[in-house]
Amino acid sequence: MNDVNNNLLLKPVNPVGIVGYGAYVPRYRLPASEVARVWTNGQTALPIKEKSVPGLDEDVATMSIEAARNAMSRANISPAELRAVWVGSESHPYAVKPTSTLVAEAIGAVPNVQAADWQFACKAGTEAMVAAIGFVGSGMARYAMAIGMDTAQGRPGDALEYTAGAGGAAFVLGPADESLAIIDATYSFVTDTPDFWRRAYAKYPEHGQRFTGEPAYFKHIMEAAQALMEATHTSAADYKYAVFHQPNTKFPQRVASMLGFTKEQIAAGLLVPVIGNTYAGAAIIGLTAILDIAEPGDRVLMVSFGSGAGSDAFAITVADAIRERRDRAPRTQDYIARRTLIDYATYARYRGKITMK
Amino acid sequence: MMSEVVIAGIGQTPVEEHWDKSLRELGLMALEAAVQDSGGLRPQALYVGNMFAPQLSRQAHLGALIADFAGLTGIEAVTIEAGGASGGAALRAAYLAVASGAVDVAMALGVEKFSDVIGAEVDAALATGGDSDYEAVQGLTPTAQAALLMRRYLYEYDVPRQAFAGFPIIAHANGVHNPNAMFRKAISAEVYQQASVVSDPLNLFDVAPLADGAAAVLLTRADLLPPAFPHRLARIAASSMATDTLALHDRPDPLEFRAARLSVERACEKARIVPAQVDIFELHDAYSIYAVLSLEAAGFAERGQGWKLAQNGAEPAVVSLRGSLPISVLGGFKARGNPGGAAGVYQAVEAALQLRGEARENQSPHARRVMIQNLAGPASSAVTHILEALD
Amino acid sequence: MEISRHWRLRKQRYALVGEVCPHCEAKLFPPRDICPECGQEARTLYQFSGRGEVYSYTTVYEPPAGYEENAPYTVALIKLEEGPIVTAQLTDLGDQPVEIGTPVEMVTRRLRQDGDERGMIVYGYKFRPALARVAA
Repeated sequence: MNDVNNNLLLKPVNPVGIVGYGAYVPRYRLPASEVARVWTNGQTALPIKEKSVPGLDEDVATMSIEAARNAMSRANISPAELRAVWVGSESHPYAVKPTSTLVAEAIGAVPNVQAADWQFACKAGTEAMVAAIGFVGSGMARYAMAIGMDTAQGRPGDALEYTAGAGGAAFVLGPADESLAIIDATYSFVTDTPDFWRRAYAKYPEHGQRFTGEPAYFKHIMEAAQALMEATHTSAADYKYAVFHQPNTKFPQRVASMLGFTKEQIAAGLLVPVIGNTYAGAAIIGLTAILDIAEPGDRVLMVSFGSGAGSDAFAITVADAIRERRDRAPRTQDYIARRTLIDYATYARYRGKITMK
Repeated sequence: MMSEVVIAGIGQTPVEEHWDKSLRELGLMALEAAVQDSGGLRPQALYVGNMFAPQLSRQAHLGALIADFAGLTGIEAVTIEAGGASGGAALRAAYLAVASGAVDVAMALGVEKFSDVIGAEVDAALATGGDSDYEAVQGLTPTAQAALLMRRYLYEYDVPRQAFAGFPIIAHANGVHNPNAMFRKAISAEVYQQASVVSDPLNLFDVAPLADGAAAVLLTRADLLPPAFPHRLARIAASSMATDTLALHDRPDPLEFRAARLSVERACEKARIVPAQVDIFELHDAYSIYAVLSLEAAGFAERGQGWKLAQNGAEPAVVSLRGSLPISVLGGFKARGNPGGAAGVYQAVEAALQLRGEARENQSPHARRVMIQNLAGPASSAVTHILEALD
Repeated sequence: MEISRHWRLRKQRYALVGEVCPHCEAKLFPPRDICPECGQEARTLYQFSGRGEVYSYTTVYEPPAGYEENAPYTVALIKLEEGPIVTAQLTDLGDQPVEIGTPVEMVTRRLRQDGDERGMIVYGYKFRPALARVAA
């Protein structure tokens, strides 16, 4: 079993790490109680406290640009050295026209660069990260940027509306010896499981309600996490921190417990109660919050989940460079603390839910 | 030496929303009135001051349009565009044509038609007078820009907000007796204070209303006129124009209307006077902050002090009709209305009325020399003329 | 559609790329090719830091066509730390008061769309109050 899993483990030829990282969360917050007030007379158990809402002039491109700039500040490299800018999202501003070219242009990474948008529900960002690890680890590129960012929408009144938030993170992957955190290994577990989708031209997604749980979220995260830990000969106790895809507060808490992680291990990365489910940004913005406070030598387990369905699991070890580089850009909690509460009416306006024509 | 350029005829339409009249009809009304006032002089060249017809009436090529409509097919005719200073620039073009001897009779016709389009399209058109790529793209409007200037002025000179009240109060008082004015109702300081905010700190009375209108002046040389001319004449003693950066943000000191200063200096030099020898200063009060900055640029007040000229004390305010330097004598932009690219020609018509002694209730008793100044945006262009009574 | 005129300016718009005069070191934004300080040619690109302060500001309640969706919005003159002043919207104000002198930083945001929802999205610089660093 170990041999099989060792072969399944994704490990680049050259060691790769995170050279720079950056988070972004918009300013506005909609309390879940506001959604409950409008749709259930307040008679609902709230899945989170509040979710982040993008301003009228924000979208995945603008948010990605800010996260990318933060990542570049920490990486302290010339943008011309990036050989890829990849943006994973389910809410790209255009149906056809890359977000990634806009981000690459804004940070000065054009024209000698790969650029593409990735789509795999909530794991589009980690998928891009794995690809970037391969791109750097193979020697094709010295640096590659991977971003996961979303401004997800839930149908008004739907369970998803309480949680569908906005935010994400950007990572510059590069040589391990320049990194502030080393990617020890990754592993991905994917099946065709239709737990959540959005058809072309539909504004809001559909989901399988309780089907999104056991056969989807839990199955994929458990398989990915267990395989990775087994192959790397680690157990929950070896990790200082863990972060799992966080669509609501309960799911990541439960999956952590099933895998043997304590509340303390997941506390730093568990941001869903205060920013909501940031979809492609959800697991990785937990990682940026962890990197903001982690110390050299700390190990971090990150497992994403994308509906459809799959999970990418990452084993990461924090390196010495974290100490001098993390304060070159705002920390995740700086964005979370920047907070203006809005009511449902303002939210409805900001999210384009008011018919104007 | 060439004989003096005189205003032989004037014409104007009321400034208002002329829903039932087109651009060409308005132009013709003013044109015909000026021709009639001159005793029937026929222009050999027509300079049309207009800014918005291509956008708001989907009509360019106004020279041929209006010459044709007026039965003047065959004459030289062209549009002169310099933003809000288009009227002043058309007047200058007509002046240069006559002064040079190129033509004997030229007409400057300012015409603007805002009401063919309503709503946000008008604001978008207005914004094209600024820097499209670096100002308008940010959603900046001329009104918002005036608010930026006013806020900075209040801050730098520590001026009370109410300091600006004097300008619309004076303009409205002067507009009461002007039959062509859009607003003919005096306002009080209390009304000003309670007015709703347009773009903070600008309130409703700090902003001149945009409306349709046309005005025309017919220029010729004095020696070409018959001895028994039907009315007194005003001569153009000086004409000048200056420019500044198109975008306000490109200036080292945004609160200095440099082009306004330069054009006053050039005009005064030409007329061999100093600004203090002017009896009336018909300035560009599209916004009350513009009036303040224009007074300072012309040298009538130190920087940061221009607002004091509109304050009543023991004596009437300096710039009131009974003061030593009246402005907005027939209501100015604020009460007469702001007819865009026609405004500069209205100023010339109103100055001629004063110099001819025909301004009735608004007649300034000692008006022998009037300086008129037409600006585009925050004085990105400034056209200044000095008109004198011809004895 | 006005595709090319926005595309042409993308470096300035997205990232506040201006010019530095090779003769007198003056920093220029927007780029203008002839240095206003010394009159010589200036075509060397220069990346502005994006930091500055509010020089003046106001609110637009009656927006021009194309800007209705964001109204009311705040426009400002921003004095960049390198010297030039730029006209730009302020964003992310929330309930934060603005004053002359408020420190701001550049962000790249949606300015408008070209025409209706089928048109291209125009992105460009805006400024927001400098982000407070609260976490330690």
